Amino acid sequence: MEGNKLKRRKLAFAALLASSSLFLASCATDSGELTLTVPDVPMQQELGEFEGELNIINWSGFVEPAWTDKFTADTGCKVNPRVAGTSDEMVTLMRTGEYDIVSASGDAALRLIVGGDVAPLNLELIPNFSEDIAEGMKGQIYDTVNGKAYGVPIGRGANLLQYNETVTGGAPESWNVVWETDTPYAGKITAYDAPIYIADAAVYLMYHNPELGIKNPYALDETQLAAAVDLLKQQNTIIGEYWADPVAQITSFVGGNVVVGTSWEVLRKFAGQDNIKTTLPIEGSTGWYDAWLLSSTAKNPNCAYAWMDYTSTASVNGAIAMNFGMAPANIAFCASSPEAQAHCDEFFAEDEEFFSRIWPWTTPIEECIDGRKDVKCTSFQDWTNAWLTVKG
Amino acid sequence: MTSLLEKTKSTMPISSYLHLHPKVRLRALLALPMTWLVGVYIISLFLLLITAFWFIDPFTSRVRPGFTLENFVSIFTVPAYLSTSIRTLLIALGVTALCIVLAIPLGIYMAKIARPWVRNLLAVLITLPLWAGYLVKLLAMRLTFTENGFINWLLDPIGISGPGFGIPVVVLTLTYLWFPYMALPVFTAIRQIPNNLFDASADLGQKAWPTIFRVVLPLITPAIIAGSVFTFSLSLGDYLAARFVGGSTQMIGSIIAANINLNPPVAAAFSMVPIAFVVMYLLVARRTGSLERM
Repeated sequence: MEGNKLKRRKLAFAALLASSSLFLASCATDSGELTLTVPDVPMQQELGEFEGELNIINWSGFVEPAWTDKFTADTGCKVNPRVAGTSDEMVTLMRTGEYDIVSASGDAALRLIVGGDVAPLNLELIPNFSEDIAEGMKGQIYDTVNGKAYGVPIGRGANLLQYNETVTGGAPESWNVVWETDTPYAGKITAYDAPIYIADAAVYLMYHNPELGIKNPYALDETQLAAAVDLLKQQNTIIGEYWADPVAQITSFVGGNVVVGTSWEVLRKFAGQDNIKTTLPIEGSTGWYDAWLLSSTAKNPNCAYAWMDYTSTASVNGAIAMNFGMAPANIAFCASSPEAQAHCDEFFAEDEEFFSRIWPWTTPIEECIDGRKDVKCTSFQDWTNAWLTVKG
Repeated sequence: MTSLLEKTKSTMPISSYLHLHPKVRLRALLALPMTWLVGVYIISLFLLLITAFWFIDPFTSRVRPGFTLENFVSIFTVPAYLSTSIRTLLIALGVTALCIVLAIPLGIYMAKIARPWVRNLLAVLITLPLWAGYLVKLLAMRLTFTENGFINWLLDPIGISGPGFGIPVVVLTLTYLWFPYMALPVFTAIRQIPNNLFDASADLGQKAWPTIFRVVLPLITPAIIAGSVFTFSLSLGDYLAARFVGGSTQMIGSIIAANINLNPPVAAAFSMVPIAFVVMYLLVARRTGSLERM
């Protein structure tokens, strides 16, 4: 017990030292890969004794007794989940320093990495992080920076175009039905209510206005952001409703207030009506990729590592994915049963071609993540301010 | 009997001590409310408001102490912020006006015309919504006004459709939420008007409307002001109504809620706007002289 405490203190001290002063300079790349400026937070070298508890910030449905009970029995780590409603809430909670681990989406992850709030991971301590992780969830920019992994993938989902087939008569081919003023569904459109939705406008512009030169919807300079905001303001004149609450979105589609708009596969499923369908339009779309991130000031790092390893096993990862309604990161789960395979097919878990058309949510930061060095990109703060002007 | 006497005796020293020391008496009386008011109420508000002068680090979105008026300036210079403030003010005034218009005739009926059992029934009905949770009521309004909902079903036979989610439904919903706070004081005030004032007005040849405007209204103005402080200030601060039944409507509360995690200084600066509106409202109310009679 004493030694344990000492070790914990040592770790905390090391983390404090690192996050307070040392910054790695952003240097010219020799491999041609993108290099970002991040605080130098030390990586844990080996596993120690389990601390006896684990404080998690998670999306609703990620931490359930169905799989935590076994974890607690195996490791003695008591799991204390705290459900967060939005990525922004997750970031705020993580910064209190009271939590060890977070199930962050990409739009929160890079913010936490660049802010020094999370530590790089020692993948050798997570043996279940293996070949079976879906190709499209490995080494992505939102959780892998300068060659260091910060996240253990949990699952992913796309922001799809949902439509009421009774009204539209078929799948819309393009997102133009939610963006252009000549849409037949004016006043019956819904859009996701968060600053990260600006990226959806950028994806549309990438396809239709190539002269803007957008290469990555999360790397927008000031002109490109202004163009996206103009498009969002145009959408504001034809929008019926913005949704942040999934239940509200479902009732809007079922109640007929909304005919087309952003949705998730799982929301379509919950709507439970045959005429409400989803499609991936020609422009592609954005999506959320969730991963476990370890706090740089974690008080229970060993329990956290054990948790990341435990939830990476095919069965547990699959259970989380099925419970939440998303594609599991560990695709070995799919072959485990016919039921699992049906779930994987429904959520495109093994369909890399599908996910290659999805831009994973990533926090926009000042350094352009598309590799441009001659301009400064707009940060998430700029996006936040811009988003509030859209709704007027 | 003896035990009662003993008890009275044993409490005597404290009460006589307090009687002899008025300052101690005053302090003892105020200790608890002042601890609450200063320790919890004012301090937390102060801590929030001081954030309004702080910076946000654009790199990490962390709050840094300092002094800037930028957050307040943005309320006036960003067109979206300004229009949201004005829209929220108009919604709050609309809700208050609608509550007054509904509360006065209802109050007159309940206080002067209805039989006792009808009066009691109405009193229960008015307060009934207060028994349900706030979110439940919002969702109820959402379901009522949804495209395939009750209102459209009702209006469909005569060929019109109700308002979709937007500002009108926000006003209706907030009126529904805060109506009891207006109806009850107005009803109580009307009840206290002596019946012979109505008789006197009739004897002097006034009909119903002039009686309401020249006799009832002046007498119940303090009650209306009291009720409107509730309806007005509660509407100013609300954001869930806009979110659930507002369609794309944005209110001051929406901006605060959106910024509370991302940009706390702007959220704090914005929380001053409803305070400023309420202070202005109270100043106007004071000029009419009705605050003194409350």
